[in-house]
Amino acid sequence: MVVHYLLGNEAIAHGCLEAAVDIACGYPGTPSSEVIDTLRMDPDRACKVEWSVNEKVAFEEALAASWCGLRTICTMKHVGLNVAADPLMTSAYTGTKGGFVILSADDPFAHSSQNEQDSRCYAQFARIPCFDPSTLQEAHDMVRDAFSISEEFSLPVMFRPTTRICHSKSDVDMGEVKVSDRTALFEKDPRQYVVIPAHTRILHQKLNQKQPAIKKKLVELGYNRYEVKGKTAVICSGVGASYVREVIGSDVSLAVIGAYPIDEGWLAGFIQKHEKVLVVEELSPIIEEIARQVSGFVLIYGKKTGQVPYEGELSPERVAKYLTAAGIQTSVRYEEPQKPAALPVRSPVLCAGCMHRAAMYAMKKVFRDGIFPSDIGCYTLGIQLGTVDTTICMGASITIASGMSLAGEKRDIVCTIGDSTFLHTGIQGLINAVYNGANITVVILDNRITAMTGHQPNPTTGLTACGILTPPVSIEAICRAAGATFVETVSPSNLTTFMNVLKEAKSKTGVKVIIARQPCVISEKRSKINRGKYIVHQDVCIGCKACIKFGCPAIELRGGLAFITDLCSGCGVCSELCPVGAISREVKE
Amino acid sequence: MSFDVMIVGIGGQGTILTSNILGKACVIEGIPVRGAETHGMAQRGGSVESQIRIGQQYGPLIAPGTADLLLSFDLLEAARAVHWLKPDGKIYTSQEFVVPTSVFMQDYPSPEEPMLLEMLGSRPYKVVDCRRIAEEAGNVLTQNIVLLGAASPDIPLKKESLLEAIRRTVPQKTVDMNLKAFDMGIDAGKSE
Repeated sequence: MVVHYLLGNEAIAHGCLEAAVDIACGYPGTPSSEVIDTLRMDPDRACKVEWSVNEKVAFEEALAASWCGLRTICTMKHVGLNVAADPLMTSAYTGTKGGFVILSADDPFAHSSQNEQDSRCYAQFARIPCFDPSTLQEAHDMVRDAFSISEEFSLPVMFRPTTRICHSKSDVDMGEVKVSDRTALFEKDPRQYVVIPAHTRILHQKLNQKQPAIKKKLVELGYNRYEVKGKTAVICSGVGASYVREVIGSDVSLAVIGAYPIDEGWLAGFIQKHEKVLVVEELSPIIEEIARQVSGFVLIYGKKTGQVPYEGELSPERVAKYLTAAGIQTSVRYEEPQKPAALPVRSPVLCAGCMHRAAMYAMKKVFRDGIFPSDIGCYTLGIQLGTVDTTICMGASITIASGMSLAGEKRDIVCTIGDSTFLHTGIQGLINAVYNGANITVVILDNRITAMTGHQPNPTTGLTACGILTPPVSIEAICRAAGATFVETVSPSNLTTFMNVLKEAKSKTGVKVIIARQPCVISEKRSKINRGKYIVHQDVCIGCKACIKFGCPAIELRGGLAFITDLCSGCGVCSELCPVGAISREVKE
Repeated sequence: MSFDVMIVGIGGQGTILTSNILGKACVIEGIPVRGAETHGMAQRGGSVESQIRIGQQYGPLIAPGTADLLLSFDLLEAARAVHWLKPDGKIYTSQEFVVPTSVFMQDYPSPEEPMLLEMLGSRPYKVVDCRRIAEEAGNVLTQNIVLLGAASPDIPLKKESLLEAIRRTVPQKTVDMNLKAFDMGIDAGKSE
């Protein structure tokens, strides 16, 4: 045993190694990405690690490996689970052979997400066990145990950490890494693996029959536990349990739910020892609903009675507030501090030299009256440039564009999608748009990397997750194969040419594809590419702010004139924007 | 009760590295520790914060108005984060600040140093010229270590533990430079 200061996702990855995991697949998504990143960067790793093109693909590959008898994990963020929901629901019927863990990281408060959905609902829906760790140590221990639970019940097991588990840090006591001695062998059994109606009806019955034993086992393992101390009680789960422990009074009973499904009889036994019970959990009222079913005459407080909100994340001071509101005393009180006076916001911005800024600036210039459906990626920050009118989920830029075209919207519709997102679920939308005769312009922002989640390679990069060279996919060939006749590739850093291509697309009808290709500036920096920097000649600058309005973080206004800081990465786009030629590449003497 | 530290700055200034040093120093001393950080989209040049709770066995989040110490790599971010501190919490901040792009894009009045210092209020604060000291130590990138050094007498961890944690955290070839930056930071923290 050795104690390290670890990120939650590192602790989870180490738990997988201690369980001798054979295969890890995933699609990047904050806050889940560092689990695969930790495994793929580990030079001593004995397991196979893969970035898949989307979550459904990752899920199905991991499921197949489990059917071959291997221990597998697939990782994703909560909204990625929507993409993998189709195989999820039926994999509970077919069951598994080697331990199969589905890591779905939830993001209460939507720190970096488009919604706040609760993965526990999916586990309940699919009727599979779900682990919900309350500390990093527990996350590490639980993920290790999840593989054996999966094997014991021949079911996929969901592991659901939240942002404050994945992206918090703590001292974690780690065990030994174990190396697998399993070999893949698929044993044919159509009654298990072919879900024709005659088979699936029986499989569904078997799934339901497994439930009581799972509930008992989770209590036996101590993941669901309680301590009776007084007449009032709190039931909590996940990271919220650690906040409750920090503020709860010493005479208040506490039940912690670390795993689902909950044994109703066991929970009823706890509740009925009390007069009043508060349920504190993040997002959906999963525990609360079960508590209400078994509460008898005991008062249950929580979301449904208005003390705990359905949205956002918990924190020590919020939990203290809910305990007070429900009439359950807390041992810690917090005064609400006075917030500081308004300061100019420092929102996340596209990097200096990022090609997305140039591409979107050009789009706005050429399509002044355009509608701009967009997608999930760094380029969503283009909302600051007025070129992101819609974002809903991965791959939904091209389909929203073609839907508007179908609806008969007369303005130009210009959508944007990144390389990784295009390969994730964009291709189907493009095929559909061409097939059904949409009139749209599709700008594929191809920076050769999955940037926003931390620079994971994808099929455009030419490298696998573990750094093996692989042929980069041709986005041009995919678009042409889909039937698009206008497919042009151009770098937006070459602003004039890029705008000319946009104008040409504007003049044509049908599905026009422009591949805006320029490597991510962060990748360039890491590859030691140095393009120097640009400077403003102060004697020529007229202070017109044309470059300022471009929104590059390297350009400041000093004393009424433009000034370029050391953040400049030398893309040179601002020099094309300056009406008086005041900006040029810096020449070192 | 834990000793709670807020570390704030702008994405890329080393808030995570600094919090890692504190976390590893806790492990060296066998003290429980919890930390929370900003990852993902918010890192792109936005305001970032790391919370570190020295001696904490429960959750990673600090309640607003209860932090013991604020370290800030940007004076404007210090002003933005001051409400995290308890009434007598202490502030160590870099003297510099980056004007947010929003000021130029939306023609906001640009914040000035005296105004930001005033916003720190009645709490004890120390402004450190991190850039100058880091340059003297040999690399402008050691500014975060300078500030950590300055604040270190107020952190309930041994100096040796912090030095060892720095050795374990920074790139191998920059160890000496960072240790020098740390010591120069201690001196800067003491000076009036």
